Amino acid sequence: MFDTCVLKFSQYSSQSRYSSPSFCHSVDGTKMTENGVATRAKVLTIDTMNPTVKKVEYAVRGPIVQRAVELEKELSEGIKKPFAEVIKANIGDAHAMGQQPITFFRQVLALCSYPELLNDSTFPEDAKSRARHILQSCGGNSMGAYSASQGIDSVRQDVARYIERRDGGVSCDPDNIYLTTGASDGIVTMLKLLVCGQGSNRTGVMISIPQYPLYSAALAELGAVQINYYLNEEKCWSLDISELQRALDEARQHCNPRALCIINPGNPTGQVQSRQCIEDVIRFAAKERLFLMADEVYQDNVYADGCQFHSFKKVLFEMGPEYSNTVELASFHSTSKCYMGECGFRGGYMEIINMDNEVKAQLTKLVSVRLCPPVPGQALMDLVVNPPQPGEPSYANFIKERTATLSALAEKAKLTEQVLNTVPGIRCNPVQGAMYSFPSLTIPEKAVREARDKGQQPDMFYCMKMLEETGICLVPGSGFGQRDGTYHFRMTILPPTDKLKILLTK
Amino acid sequence: MCKKNKTKQKKIIIITKRTTKPMNTQENSCRIAILHTSNMSQEAVNGVPCRGKVLTLDTMNPNVKRVEYAVRGPIVQRAVQIEKELREGAKKPFTEVIKANIGDAHAMGQKPVTFLRQVLALCSYPELLEDNKFPEDAKKRARRILGACGGQSIGAYSASQGIECVRQDVARYIEKRDGGIPSNPDNIYLSTGASDAIVTMLKLLVCGEGRGRTGVMISIPQYPLYSAALADLGAVQINYYLDEDKCWSLDIKELRRAVTEARQHCNPRVLCIINPGNPTGQVQSRQCIEDVIRFAKEEHLFLMADEVYQDNVYAEGCAFHSFKKVLFEMGPEYSSTVEMASFHSTSKCYMGECGFRGGYMEVINLDPEVKAQLIKLVSVRLCPPVPGQALLDLVVNPPQPDEPSHTTFMKERTAVLAALAEKARLTEQVFNTVPGITCNPVQGAMYTFPRITLPQKAIDKAKEAGQVPDMFYCMRLLEEEGICLVPGSGFGQREGTFHFRMTILPPTEKLKIVLQKIRDFHQRFTQEFS
Repeated sequence: MFDTCVLKFSQYSSQSRYSSPSFCHSVDGTKMTENGVATRAKVLTIDTMNPTVKKVEYAVRGPIVQRAVELEKELSEGIKKPFAEVIKANIGDAHAMGQQPITFFRQVLALCSYPELLNDSTFPEDAKSRARHILQSCGGNSMGAYSASQGIDSVRQDVARYIERRDGGVSCDPDNIYLTTGASDGIVTMLKLLVCGQGSNRTGVMISIPQYPLYSAALAELGAVQINYYLNEEKCWSLDISELQRALDEARQHCNPRALCIINPGNPTGQVQSRQCIEDVIRFAAKERLFLMADEVYQDNVYADGCQFHSFKKVLFEMGPEYSNTVELASFHSTSKCYMGECGFRGGYMEIINMDNEVKAQLTKLVSVRLCPPVPGQALMDLVVNPPQPGEPSYANFIKERTATLSALAEKAKLTEQVLNTVPGIRCNPVQGAMYSFPSLTIPEKAVREARDKGQQPDMFYCMKMLEETGICLVPGSGFGQRDGTYHFRMTILPPTDKLKILLTK
Repeated sequence: MCKKNKTKQKKIIIITKRTTKPMNTQENSCRIAILHTSNMSQEAVNGVPCRGKVLTLDTMNPNVKRVEYAVRGPIVQRAVQIEKELREGAKKPFTEVIKANIGDAHAMGQKPVTFLRQVLALCSYPELLEDNKFPEDAKKRARRILGACGGQSIGAYSASQGIECVRQDVARYIEKRDGGIPSNPDNIYLSTGASDAIVTMLKLLVCGEGRGRTGVMISIPQYPLYSAALADLGAVQINYYLDEDKCWSLDIKELRRAVTEARQHCNPRVLCIINPGNPTGQVQSRQCIEDVIRFAKEEHLFLMADEVYQDNVYAEGCAFHSFKKVLFEMGPEYSSTVEMASFHSTSKCYMGECGFRGGYMEVINLDPEVKAQLIKLVSVRLCPPVPGQALLDLVVNPPQPDEPSHTTFMKERTAVLAALAEKARLTEQVFNTVPGITCNPVQGAMYTFPRITLPQKAIDKAKEAGQVPDMFYCMRLLEEEGICLVPGSGFGQREGTFHFRMTILPPTEKLKIVLQKIRDFHQRFTQEFS
């Protein structure tokens, strides 16, 4: 029965190829059904699906990762390969790379999941008091109840206090905090609010190149115009205001630029923005009337000497009321990165600043349709922003675990840069922060040609070969965007040090 | 109306503030331009973007503005406010707000199923695997789930489609449920609650412009996720009405009417069914499902079956029939052609674990190229929450008769479902004793959607206040009795009829009080306005 189905489909599609003008006409509906053609094919085909979804691309989980999964399966079935295991250095997935969860967080989550454990004397008191606090804020004292759509009240309050501490006392209103399903959810929601207009009035959104492909994917899906600004690889992937200006001026010819997205510390490029640069960006956004979106999920991941994380919010408020009263900003954070690496819980928040009150009401309404972010992720977020304090029984162990993770990452960041830079044909900027290295590759002309013959991007060709020969899964630079004629790959620095050394040697 | 004026006023205020600062002529002219036009596109064409906020009601995504979601709408916001007022010591004619607006079992006092939570605790903190307080079957499940997670941690991302072994368990569960009809784990997509998957499927289906725009058939009354998602996606909503006089049953003639009319202005491609029904509580007969499938095939529609209440069937003579099972029993003519997606979740049934946002969908006869697009699309969001995936695994693979947790599990499960059945009957009985309220039997799901007769004077008064009459009614009920319901207008209803949705979830004793209070209120309300 599958055969007949395929047959019918191919008949249909060959027919449509010959009569493409009328097919185009029929795709949008009425004629197709009048002809009765529609009964033959599927309702939903590649030709009749949402065209904006087709344009979506997401390299971090693209074809190379699918091949890696296949290879793993082949290995497990006993097929001989030149390697014994596939190392997935394609994604910032700390626990999958062997990083251990923070004990305190998981104790509290276990207590919240199964409150009978509150009577268990093996759990420390501070874990129990956190669990009680979280459960009391849940409907029916259960994580199984829906929370408020914006997130649990007490968690939002804790987030606000965390931000105030982080930003040296700049005040934060819990009403401006929206808990999310990972940072991705918050980013897509904000972009969705911002997109409007048609033709040359369509909303344009400025994103860095290289970028984290969530942005290009979301913009494609929303039918917004992607405006590329290039980071300066020669200057350690720094951001030039003149490049922002160039990109913006060009974009004004064909769209309505309204938002500027910044990822700091940078993904995939690992740079950490200077305070001065952030100030310049804010001034630029104010002057050009752009809504700022600051993706700050790697805020604890800063390794390089002399580098420091400055939040956009803090800098904005230090610039005085002329800016802090006017520039609209959304900042995003998550439980997935930093020292926690708790990706699977999909916890996150966004803080919005200077958002129009009516738009805020619309935002609250919009998030209510999805009911609420996952409550375990909200609970985890609460622990991240309100970790054990000095004097509490879990403090020492918490700090030990946290420090161990962050210092191992710092070591791996240095190691990666050093080793990669000894390889002829690979050049790598220092990994100042985040979790990735994005080295540039010199690909021989012959390889470039062979790739083109195969219809592949040269760096995809390179990464595929690397995967097949060594079992290492990287993401080609083309998935993030790069200057024409340059080639890169993204690699996480997350594998355990000894494994990372093997990987780098390979 | 009122809102618009406010927006304009605000703009004027901003402008006067700014005039004290130096400005160039271009800025001046744009200021004037804004005064003249609240139309976004004109502002931008003028090259004007300089005043006020970047993002305002006038310059935000117009589709989002059209989104409405009554289940968490103004009445719920007011309920939250009242709760706050009560905490601050404000005197009210009641001591607590009872939120009967949403199917949130745990918030209503239902206890989690022990086994599910034991396994989740073990997965969260695997050190507990050494603890002999936990039963062996719970530990075994936890080890299996952890073994399927990257780095043995539920903190790792899973595959975007969901953890493979969970999808296998889901497929086996479906096979068992459907009497052996095969289910392929490749057709299972785990999701962030059922809502997420429903929106994703709708998103795939929407295309075309003008008369070619995708139309989606939804029942009226409907669960407002559907209308909200369609507004957000800019798809055309096609209403088909359930027959209140026949216990909210679905009539193929009505489907036919709706689709025929809709073809005049859009391209109907999808038919959504909620069974058991939300908010209407009906359970579809096998015959009716067959008719719907035949209709979908004839009219070339993609079927979306929202089956999250599949364990919530109470009425005698009613049984849950999955669309998939009926489809396959109708033979290859149907089972190899009709495209379908079925949705399930951890939030309802006997579990009521809403907060974990677990769920899945099964796709059937989906075009392989579209399937690849679907996988790509879900990969952008990385993965559904892993604790929710773990929970779903337990729901589809609960303790077996020979396992130590089986007895307790069955006891807990049965207690929840029996209590719900009792409350379903109780609700129907009480409401039908109130003059002016008529209520269909709650055959399944978790809600009753009774019809209320409102006096003309109340209708007039509501209109004066700029409210739909049933919103007016529910607001009054909230203010006077502290009971939060959702007005029927939030779900859609035939013009001139009024309803509300109430969950049957409060504990029996509390439910009795709620029903009594609504009865008293309704009589008082009717008297006041007649």
